Amino acid sequence: MRFALGQQVRVSDRPHAGHCRTPGYVKGKTGTVERVHGSFTNPETRAYGADGLPEQPLYGVVFAQRDVWPVYAGPAGDRVVVDVYEHWLEKA
Amino acid sequence: MQDRGGVPTSEPIDRTEHELDDWELLTDALVGALGAGGIMNVDELRRGIESMPRDEYERAAYYERWLFSIETNLIEKGILAPGELEARL
Repeated sequence: MRFALGQQVRVSDRPHAGHCRTPGYVKGKTGTVERVHGSFTNPETRAYGADGLPEQPLYGVVFAQRDVWPVYAGPAGDRVVVDVYEHWLEKA
Repeated sequence: MQDRGGVPTSEPIDRTEHELDDWELLTDALVGALGAGGIMNVDELRRGIESMPRDEYERAAYYERWLFSIETNLIEKGILAPGELEARL
């Protein structure tokens, strides 16, 4: 595991062709690791019939809604937790 | 249609619940059977849904998207011939 609970991480904003589980609305955003789910086969390759190996660590990353949505009008404490695979995360 | 989350819309979100029709239950069971049989996994299901043209995606109901993807995947794998389903309807 490259990242630990409570660590700040940034989601890569690199382009990606094909199936991907990292939602575009968090690309380039900085959040905090809130959960370490374990390692799982990679859906980006499984989506095309491969075995998804090697397994990739998966994290629950929490973002402030106001950081994610420029026009967010809800309470400042609102959060969104997104599951992101390690190969999409960078040190913040 | 990929990465739909966060795309602005002026349409209200339909939050009403409905009883599932038989074809919806069968579609769900079919995906379960294809997964258990090692023929199609959930990532292939999702990728097939994402391959829908945007206007078709937006028009389709939830399980209609699953049906589109099942057909797409089974044609890719040579289990169904293109047009085979239409010919049998």
